Amino acid sequence: MNISQSWWKILGAILVIYSTVYGFLSSVPALPILHESIRNLYFHVPMWFAMIVLFTISVFHSIKFLNNGSEDSDLKAVQSVNAGIVFGILGIVTGAIWARFTWGQAWSFDVKQNFAAIALLLYFAYLILRNAIDEEQKRAKISAIYNIFAFPMMVVLLFVLPRIGDSLHPGNGGNPGFNAYDLDSRMRMVFYPACAGWIIIGYWIYTLLARVTKLEKKKTL
Amino acid sequence: MKSLTTTFVLLLVSIQLFAQPQESAVVDTLAGSEKIYVVAACALLILLALLFLLFSVDRRVKKLEKKSEGK
Repeated sequence: MNISQSWWKILGAILVIYSTVYGFLSSVPALPILHESIRNLYFHVPMWFAMIVLFTISVFHSIKFLNNGSEDSDLKAVQSVNAGIVFGILGIVTGAIWARFTWGQAWSFDVKQNFAAIALLLYFAYLILRNAIDEEQKRAKISAIYNIFAFPMMVVLLFVLPRIGDSLHPGNGGNPGFNAYDLDSRMRMVFYPACAGWIIIGYWIYTLLARVTKLEKKKTL
Repeated sequence: MKSLTTTFVLLLVSIQLFAQPQESAVVDTLAGSEKIYVVAACALLILLALLFLLFSVDRRVKKLEKKSEGK
């Protein structure tokens, strides 16, 4: 392993290990209902951040594909969506587990849950759209355009619409969560490394998927 | 007769004490201990998903290895 090329993987691993250990051991503010489950901030929330970064990478490669038409950019766009969906599903399932014990129901049709599910469905639709078109250049072009439109929709679904309706989610509508009063400095010391670490691990997974797919497409191996 | 009816009615009333919703042992454990097991379950889920991903990539690499050996 070449350290000058792989240092960021080690950094990601260290950050994730740190945030997992201190996620369980560090002290947290005592809040009603949440109790210790507030520690899910270090596990559930970074999943969504990793997903958003991976989808951003996908949009970047889709734009690149529309500029240069290279097969490689198309492949990278798909694989980052694949990696992003894994994190999205993890985010929604860890959210449902948490909701079961704080809201009383795994799926209470809360606006935040519903819109997060719709955002994921947008990206499932992207993969289905790709499978529906046989011609390679056409498939790449149409799905690149779809991807560019799906991204701002996803951002609106996750960050704008849940704030308009009443959501139980922490940070929405006066519920304790991601704001200056509750996220104290002790939690920031774990939360930010957790986000950075999981984003790096997510990027690593995407590069692995892209490399394997690239090799699979090569006919002369 | 009256006392028998009273006893019967009181017995009926007491039945609802046994009809408390019985949660499963897993749900009780997760809800107990200040909900720390909820976090543990989520961390475990993330770990399992990553391991599953590792296995799937492993399978694909194995296929590639076989393909390159054949040449």
